Amino acid sequence: MSTLELTSVSRWFGNVVAVNDVTMTIGPGVTGLLGPNGAGKSTLLAMMSGFLAPSSGTVTLDGKAVWRNPSIYRSIGLVPEAEAMFDAMTARDFVEANARLHGLPHAREAARAAIEEVDMTFAIDRRVSTFSKGMKQRIKMATALVHSPSVLLLDEPFNGMDPRQRMHLLDLLQRLGDEGRTVLFSSHILEEVEDIAGTIEVVVAGRQAASGDFRSIRRLMTERPHQYAIASSDNRALAAAIVADGTADAVSLTADGLVVHASNFGAFVHALPRLAIAKDIELLDVTPADESLESVFTYLVSR
Amino acid sequence: MNTVVMRLAAQALLGRRRIWLLIGLAGLLLAVAALTRWGSGGNPATTATMMMNFGLGILLPIMCLLIGTGVIAPEIEDGSVVYLLAKPLRRSTIALSKLVVAHLIALIFTVVPVVLATLIAGDVGGELARAFAVTTALASVTYVSVFFAIAVLSSNPTIIGLLYAVLWEGSLAGYVPGVRTLSVRQWALAPAEAMLGGNAVVNVHSDVSIAVGIILIVAVVLASFAVAVRRLARLNVRVAD
Repeated sequence: MSTLELTSVSRWFGNVVAVNDVTMTIGPGVTGLLGPNGAGKSTLLAMMSGFLAPSSGTVTLDGKAVWRNPSIYRSIGLVPEAEAMFDAMTARDFVEANARLHGLPHAREAARAAIEEVDMTFAIDRRVSTFSKGMKQRIKMATALVHSPSVLLLDEPFNGMDPRQRMHLLDLLQRLGDEGRTVLFSSHILEEVEDIAGTIEVVVAGRQAASGDFRSIRRLMTERPHQYAIASSDNRALAAAIVADGTADAVSLTADGLVVHASNFGAFVHALPRLAIAKDIELLDVTPADESLESVFTYLVSR
Repeated sequence: MNTVVMRLAAQALLGRRRIWLLIGLAGLLLAVAALTRWGSGGNPATTATMMMNFGLGILLPIMCLLIGTGVIAPEIEDGSVVYLLAKPLRRSTIALSKLVVAHLIALIFTVVPVVLATLIAGDVGGELARAFAVTTALASVTYVSVFFAIAVLSSNPTIIGLLYAVLWEGSLAGYVPGVRTLSVRQWALAPAEAMLGGNAVVNVHSDVSIAVGIILIVAVVLASFAVAVRRLARLNVRVAD
């Protein structure tokens, strides 16, 4: 088990503040670092991986400082964004070299296993320079996993992957997270994060905009009303009852049913069944209409 | 020292275009030596002048530039150095491993051609060759150390190195007294001057004494190493957002 802790971390480059007073704890499981381009995700990852010092604050791994401490790389696996690798080598030799650099006793076997884990055994003896972008990404993944690290840091890992490769990586990360490893990956693409991240850290313009599982993040945003799509046996009557009750801000009738906006969703959720019973209306479908990360993110960015 | 880093450095240096450049430059020196002999009839004084100005003054720094930068600059430039840095290895170990390989290859590619070229162009019983071998070895170690450090510090090590080699060592050090005292070539020539003793025929002369020369060489080599390691420990290879 390994926990990355950032405490009041800031990083500036001259006049530009790339990261502004961020405090977060990344523990076992899959965490998604989400934010638009320029939000400071790569800067945060650089600090977490020991390649950049915070201008203020501390970054620690299980209590040990990460900066200027190469021994942390025993526990950290890094999948860098850089395209280049030691191109002239075969996949096997490249991953094996990485294993040897880690000081692994059975480097060749570890390399073979890592390559198998990323589903690249079919090209194991081909030169890395002949690989497509997605294949290179998987070999990078193999080098990050070869020493079985307890922490895995990935900077935009899905870049350039085709849907099949993407699904494979999603499965892999999910599996690693289930094994109890700490997996952190950054992305600006919402679907990627939504799929597997148990916890999401949202950064916008260097600041931490939100943290937690996306549903709880959503619940924190009490300023913006929750939205529900309801189908019932008598939509009009239900709409009238909801409006009269006063727990909702707005109700609109659509062809499929009702769309209700409620900022006080707690009260509304209690009121709805009560109203339905009182008016003898059958509730057929009650769906939160905007629980997706998309809506959370859009809302946070526009705040 | 780490043997994997050394093996990777050797593969990188010897496997690229660089090796052909090095062989070409060595060949060039031998060709110039042959031309010199043809023109001078084997006169050692001419050999000495040619070697000091062309061989040691221009060609040697350029070859050391290719080697000293070639062992680290391409990896920093394309970001693949992260595969060395994201490992539980001390930065000094990484730097030292690369430098050892660079020094060994540099010594082979500089001392051997210089000795051969001196003999081809015309020597006095091998005296010049021996003296220049020592000079070349000392200068090579110094240049490689300096260029390695420049490669870690700057994203344009080749330009800086070339400017240094051509402007400083190559021309200014030829006639500006102050510059001569700060020239690696002069430091490395000091032992050669001593070895050739009173041989007035070959006008090998250094502006500094042996003691000063050696001290400065050692100081520069150690300082370059320290600077390179410090920078390596702070290198951020990730592309900013």
